[in-house]
Amino acid sequence: MRPTLRFLSDQLIEQIVSEAQELLSKIGVEIHNDNVTSLLADNGARVDNEKKRVFISRDLIESCVKAAPKAFKLYDVFGEEAVDLSGYNINFVPGSASINILDYESDRIRRPVTSDIVDFTKLMSGMQYIDSQATSIVPSDVPEKISDSYRLYLSLIHCSKPVVTGAFTIDAFNVMKDMQVAIRRSRDELKSKPLTIFSCCPTAPLKWSNVTSQNLLDCAEYFIPVEYISMPLTGFMAPVTLVGTLIQHTAETLSGIVISQLANPGAPVLYGGSPSVFDIRYETTPMGDVGTMMIDCAYNEVGKHLGLPTQAYIGLSDSKQLDAQAGLETSMGATLAALSGINSISGPGMLDFESCFSLEKLVVDNEICGMIQRMVQGIEPKEDFPCLPHFEEMMKEQHLLIYDHTRKYLKSEIHFPGNVINRANKARWEEEGSLTLRERAHKEVERIIEGYEAPELSEEIIMELRNLMETEAKKHGMDRLPVSD
Amino acid sequence: MEILKQISESLEKGDFNRVGELTQQALDQGLDPKVILDDGLIAGMSIVGQKFKVHEIFLPDVLLAAKAMYAGMDLLKPLMIKENIPSIGKVVMGTVQGDLHDIGKNLVSIMLKGAGLDVIDLGNDVPPAKFVDTAISENADVIGISTLLTTTMPVMGEVVEMAKERGVYGKVKIIVGGAPLNADYAEQIGADAYCFDGVNAVDCVKRFLGAG
Ligand code: B12
Repeated sequence: MRPTLRFLSDQLIEQIVSEAQELLSKIGVEIHNDNVTSLLADNGARVDNEKKRVFISRDLIESCVKAAPKAFKLYDVFGEEAVDLSGYNINFVPGSASINILDYESDRIRRPVTSDIVDFTKLMSGMQYIDSQATSIVPSDVPEKISDSYRLYLSLIHCSKPVVTGAFTIDAFNVMKDMQVAIRRSRDELKSKPLTIFSCCPTAPLKWSNVTSQNLLDCAEYFIPVEYISMPLTGFMAPVTLVGTLIQHTAETLSGIVISQLANPGAPVLYGGSPSVFDIRYETTPMGDVGTMMIDCAYNEVGKHLGLPTQAYIGLSDSKQLDAQAGLETSMGATLAALSGINSISGPGMLDFESCFSLEKLVVDNEICGMIQRMVQGIEPKEDFPCLPHFEEMMKEQHLLIYDHTRKYLKSEIHFPGNVINRANKARWEEEGSLTLRERAHKEVERIIEGYEAPELSEEIIMELRNLMETEAKKHGMDRLPVSD
Repeated sequence: MEILKQISESLEKGDFNRVGELTQQALDQGLDPKVILDDGLIAGMSIVGQKFKVHEIFLPDVLLAAKAMYAGMDLLKPLMIKENIPSIGKVVMGTVQGDLHDIGKNLVSIMLKGAGLDVIDLGNDVPPAKFVDTAISENADVIGISTLLTTTMPVMGEVVEMAKERGVYGKVKIIVGGAPLNADYAEQIGADAYCFDGVNAVDCVKRFLGAG
């Protein structure tokens, strides 16, 4: 049996959805993009042009939710299936778009550069329990206008895993789409084998900006999956109660689904988000707050009720260091997320309110992901009935270390962590240098990067990607890309 | 004076009705609006600011106090304009073009207003020229620019350049804030200061006004 966690009763979910629909039909959603507004108007939504508000009826919402696929898959750069977003499947994704990196040598937070991103993509290639990569680190050594497309470029050439990403501007979408078409060799192939997911954020309360709503249209046109990242902040940009916040999250996300499905029925979407409790004491948006995690798990239940695959920013920390806070917040979030069956769990590697990435933390978090993947397999009998023969064997041999049943099930039944988690007795730990978690994690980072092998993309594709990126860079005043290997 | 102390104390408690009543009483007693402002409202607000800084009280307490402050200000403002008493300072605030993150900027605006400053909030997605044009037309002392996106950080530099072109650089102080920024970046683009939160911004603006 898969262990599963629920926070909401069916009745409460239905009430939440119904209230959200009420909001969308009565208060409406504010949309700062004429293409989107006319699309909605053409499909019968009432529009108040002056206030830029669009009122969406229950019927329209329901038909759009029905049009959205119940599940979809992601494929790596070679077109192999890598991630299955359906049912209660869980997949981990590193946190995205950090503007800083926690430097190991100095143990200080600093601005990342190209070589950090390359290290990250190499490390990601070796993260056994994390099946998608993300454009997790924003480089500071290229013009800001290309920092989104450049991240995707580096990800695609260095790591074969599918990529969770996003555009910061309307224009950046084009080159980011072109790179994907270059890899798949055709637009149709990209449609049948999605390579990336784009994060698109509505603005609380109930608003879509020009950029993010245009991103929705553009992604839908190419069948590039999107994850809606609604971010209500409790007691600030949303009601203080978890239910009130859930209603707002539902309304914002439903409005996104309507836009995508009207733009192109059947466009793949993830029912996602990054809501947060607002910490009035520090004016921050803690991802490690227990309330934040509860809202995440609960909106995932709403998404499942609507029949859609889900995503959340959960399993990350607000600490500024790789310390106990980082570990406890990350593992608590990731555990709850997995038990709830959130399909795409975004977070590993991230610190400081989604602002700071740590390679060492990624390695630690990979261990958390491994443990959790074992956990959700649950407890199942494996030739345990009848039990008598096993006990007779134990009586006879005085142990079961080399027994058939042990040999057959040891690896699948028991999850052994990697080198980061120390299980040596004290004497051995001391003899091996009394390494701290931080030191062990760094050794792992070095070991994995050392053993990295580049994905064997064809020269032709690499050249094409390079040309696309260089043209984009030139457009924004950079003649030569930083050396990346 | 007893009534000024009462205004200050009621403001600290966020009792906006009482602050309104007391301000009216003080005016009726013939007190100078400027004195009521400085020794009643702003005095209370600085205590609130101090307590907030040391985490004794939290944001909602400050907002409530700010609301009480406006209750008094609304009565004093017309009189001060009539008597030509200048405001203690004027700040033009906005989030740069291309960026819609405005939560932090809004909080800073609220804190500045709470400190008795006039704040002209231009909202988000504000083109560089609008910051400078407004500062000139409104005769502002400070421009406050916010951005949370690395992609839009350079737009802050454009505001600084524009201030230089229009000849107001140095006269109008430019402060910047937002998660991706730091003091080095502020210095690099020629901004006058970087502030990491609202309290910080209030201190900084006050410093500029004191010096100016
Ligand atoms: C909430 C949020 C949003 C909300 C914003 C809602 C709103 N009305 O503002 C929404 C959902 C709309 C959003 C959208 C996007 N976001 Co956003 N967002 C955040 C988040 C989680 C919190 C920001 C926040 O409000 N914090 C709380 C406030 C109180 O803090 P603050 O803003 O830092 O402000 C304080 C100080 O900085 C300072 N301050 C701020 N401004 C000023 C100005 C002056 C003059 C002074 C003196 C001081 C000062 O004082 C404030 C009070 O203490 C951050 C993560 C983070 N760590 O910051 C990401 C983050 C900023 N977003 C990010 C991204 C990528 C986006 C999107 C591009 C995503 C997308 N693809 O759709 C879009 C942007 C669209 C656009 N063009 O603007 C990235 C930025 C990465 C980068 N390279 O720049 C971040 C870092 C998250 C991440 N890692 O992915 N986002």
